[in-house]
Amino acid sequence: MSPLLYVAQRGTAVILAVAVAVHLGTILYAVRGGLTAGEILGRTQGNLAFLVFYGIFVIAAAIHAPIGLRSILREWTRWRGRSLDGAMLGVAVILAILGLRAALAVYVA
Amino acid sequence: MTAGAPSTIVPRRGALHAARPRAGLAAALLHRLSGLALALFLPMHFIALGTALQGADRLESFLGLTHNGFVRTAEWGLVSALALHLVLGLRVLAIEWFATHERTALVVSACVAAGLAVGLLFLLGGS
Amino acid sequence: MNAPFPAPSPTESTVDAAPGAMLTVRIRRDGGFQAFTVARRPAQTVLDVVTEIQREQDPTLAYRFACRVGMCGSCAMMVNGRPRWTCRTRVAAVAEGDGLTLEPLRNLPVVKDLAVDMEPFFAKWTAAHGAFEPGAVPADDFAVVAPESPERRAVDAGIECINCGVCYAACDVVAWNPDYLGPAALNRAWTLVNDVRDRGQDARLAAVSGDAGCQSCHTHMSCTEHCPKALAPTFAIAGLKRATARAALRRFGARHFRRPA
Repeated sequence: MSPLLYVAQRGTAVILAVAVAVHLGTILYAVRGGLTAGEILGRTQGNLAFLVFYGIFVIAAAIHAPIGLRSILREWTRWRGRSLDGAMLGVAVILAILGLRAALAVYVA
Repeated sequence: MTAGAPSTIVPRRGALHAARPRAGLAAALLHRLSGLALALFLPMHFIALGTALQGADRLESFLGLTHNGFVRTAEWGLVSALALHLVLGLRVLAIEWFATHERTALVVSACVAAGLAVGLLFLLGGS
Repeated sequence: MNAPFPAPSPTESTVDAAPGAMLTVRIRRDGGFQAFTVARRPAQTVLDVVTEIQREQDPTLAYRFACRVGMCGSCAMMVNGRPRWTCRTRVAAVAEGDGLTLEPLRNLPVVKDLAVDMEPFFAKWTAAHGAFEPGAVPADDFAVVAPESPERRAVDAGIECINCGVCYAACDVVAWNPDYLGPAALNRAWTLVNDVRDRGQDARLAAVSGDAGCQSCHTHMSCTEHCPKALAPTFAIAGLKRATARAALRRFGARHFRRPA
């Protein structure tokens, strides 16, 4: 990967480290005694802070994951070149769209 | 002392097949495989949460599908993978940006233990 | 510091075999393995074993050595799956049961039997700009380089490399990505990045970037573990990652946030 791609991956890694710590902490706290949709949505409905948090989380993951996948595919399969780069960009876009949709879903639900 | 004829004994080569698997390699493989699992899971997670757009009942019925042992195990695996990927990633950042020279086997073992501890916490909670 | 493979010192006791014991040696040749048997002797090294086989059993066996005292690195090969210097590897320390498996260094083309072609290794050394660049104009005066300066310490940590190829053979990323420059070339590049007299830094940082460059290192640390000189290429490569990242960010900032004149 290029130096800029490397910076993007390590930079989003730091963002994700914080976001994942918060997310894991929330999950472990929330899962005690079972998890219902009502409980999830009760926490996120109309909560702008959560929306912003998840928005940043989603974008960071949408950048971080495809760069990692690119390395795996380049090293463990024969796929490389522009088509691989294009596909990984596509993965980033799909993850961003699905993720932002999900963040909105639990905000407006 | 004799010379044998060429045989077809299967060769052992490389770090993967060396006498003892290396801690650094183990860390890298665990990091990579947990990352791969998370990348494959993430779209499904987003889609599942997206069902909330059609109302809380939709999400609830979806979650209802997930209250079985198989899914519970998969969830445990994913929580553990997330924690493991995070901790091993922190190790990489420490090596790359803070030049920490480590006792590799010790640090990697600690990382794996931390990841599994989080997974255990997950299992201990919940229905 | 990460130590190299623990090799028994002369005073340490190793599991020497009983007198008269024999050693089975499987050597990779012609796409398969050929088995030889030699007598075990006290303090026997793998180089002793290979030499005995070639001189007394099969003169067609090809292998390399030179100094035989751990200074030149010529004798490197795969011993039971790990790259080692055969002159510094005691049979008693590495024998598995009564056997040894010897193969040519991994990740390099085989010339014959246990001898590999080191050309790709040195080609990558050059590709990583592993040579000092004095620049077009000679400096006015000698450079003052304090031995305790951070740059000189970084150079000292990696300057003892003798290009033996053990780290290159140990590296999984080289095995997965044949273009990857490898730990030795990148380690040398790092020593030159820290050479305050060098005038070719921009080109060197570009040369060690990309899919063949330092960003492809995944910190398996096999290089640092196996280096017989106890060097740590992992940390040299980490230094290159930092240097190339900073340079890229500076260029990015200059290109997109340039203040209007």
